[in-house]
Amino acid sequence: MQNILNLPPIWYTFAILSVLTLFGALGTIMSKNPVHSVIYLIVTFFSISAHYILLNAQFLAAVNIIVYAGAIMVLFLFVIMFLNMKQEDDEMKNNKLVTTAIVTALVLGGILIVFLRRAGKEKIEATNFNSQTGMVEILGKSLYGEYLLPFELISILFLVAMAGAVMLAKRETGERHF
Amino acid sequence: MSSFVQWLTESMFLWKALIIIVIFAITLGIAAYSTWAERKVAAYIQDRRGPNRAGWGGLLQPLADAGKMFFKEDFIPAQADKWLFILGPCLSMFTALMSSAVVPFGNSFIIGGKEVFVQAIEINIGILYVFGVVSLGVYGVMIGGWASNNKFSLLGAIRAASQNISYELAMGMSIIAILMMSGTLSLREIVAQQHGGNWNIFYQPLGFLIFTVCAFAECNRTPFDLPECETELVGGYHTEYSSMKLGFYLFAEYINMFASSAVTACLFFGGYNYPGMDFVESQLISALGANVGHNVATLVGIGSMFTKILFGIFFFMWVRWTVPRFRYDQLMNLGWKGLIPLAVGNLVITAGAILSGYKLVGIWVGLVLMVVLISVGWSMRPKKKNAIMGA
Repeated sequence: MQNILNLPPIWYTFAILSVLTLFGALGTIMSKNPVHSVIYLIVTFFSISAHYILLNAQFLAAVNIIVYAGAIMVLFLFVIMFLNMKQEDDEMKNNKLVTTAIVTALVLGGILIVFLRRAGKEKIEATNFNSQTGMVEILGKSLYGEYLLPFELISILFLVAMAGAVMLAKRETGERHF
Repeated sequence: MSSFVQWLTESMFLWKALIIIVIFAITLGIAAYSTWAERKVAAYIQDRRGPNRAGWGGLLQPLADAGKMFFKEDFIPAQADKWLFILGPCLSMFTALMSSAVVPFGNSFIIGGKEVFVQAIEINIGILYVFGVVSLGVYGVMIGGWASNNKFSLLGAIRAASQNISYELAMGMSIIAILMMSGTLSLREIVAQQHGGNWNIFYQPLGFLIFTVCAFAECNRTPFDLPECETELVGGYHTEYSSMKLGFYLFAEYINMFASSAVTACLFFGGYNYPGMDFVESQLISALGANVGHNVATLVGIGSMFTKILFGIFFFMWVRWTVPRFRYDQLMNLGWKGLIPLAVGNLVITAGAILSGYKLVGIWVGLVLMVVLISVGWSMRPKKKNAIMGA
């Protein structure tokens, strides 16, 4: 008990945030209503952003909220509201599917645990730690310097995906206008 | 305990708390009186008198309205999703209030030898924070509209979502042009760089135009108030709402207007800077001493910031009572085929001007070239039947 009380405040923050993240994640997969699922997922993204801020990555936190919570989840919600799914899916009654899902999840989880246990732990010296690590400037310099080629390749990948999406959604001549 | 008290008095905590509370109160006050001002402006434009019964010139009208809202029946439809129905207006209000947290309303006060910025929080990603909060603003409308279990509400919610997503892109790109010029994401630094009449509006006229149009769309203001379009959708997303929940939705719109006027003032009109501020400050310092003079000069700066904000809010109202509502396909065409290509063009021109070394001249020459190119292209376009104009 004494140990818990003597923890530094950041540990409490971390614990509360982790509980919130897991609450959101569990809510996402356990709620019956797809709209509720999406809202729980938004809670999860928010608490993950808070974790980024704890890790001194302000830029990543802001971008995570703008891209995931602000754009992608709005589109998710949009599509789900349009589809208006009322009937229960019978996917969960398919035994083969459930077994495959459980096995995959267990294997993935196992791999994660093994690698996290093996990962090297580096102690950070408070005296010579660069406080700007994870801020926009350092991130930008390393993205456009050290990792220029992968960064540009990913941009091209996105461009191709975008062009593909436009092509798929394009109305052919003679097709019905809504 | 004593160390806690010492920390409280020595740290910025108390001053920051005070500034946050004052900004919160001012935001609510201005939003409340915006409802009065909107009706007065509308009345003036339509040659009427507007509210003039409650108090002098109708000045107590906002209080009367709030009282009425609180005492109306608070109704939740039987088939509605109860919790989400309550969550909707709360989220709208929450996200609206969050965005003014990073706006620098003034320079700084020197209190007890310490410099306190007139800003709730100074973070080095200020403008990204604003952008993130703006992109969350649509959730209140979407969740409320869906939870009402009403087809009109749902249509309003879906309109709000697609409109916000469409206009966010152009808005983001017009902000990026500003970021390229200033080289920082911090709103305080962006404002500080516009010191001395060096306002961004002169460098980014097209960016300002795009940003303003997108701000109107993000605030759901006429001509982009399709989500609550009363001629088609009864009341849009708030059809089923009554009492203070409806009040929250309407109020959030005015807070959003205040916040977006503040951000526009910071990005394009120099924030708390005004012409001749160095002269005023040096005069005040020689008259009142270094600290008091600086503080009074800051107050004058805050005054100039609020003048700009109030003019921005007036501009919102002016447009609302002048321009009629868009049709939905016009809205989408304007966003995707008009504003986004223009914003990309603005980005390219800005980048070229910065590279050439002559920022101001380069940007204006580039803009004139673009206008010429577009008008030549427009006059040579193939003629189509029933073509709906994009821009």
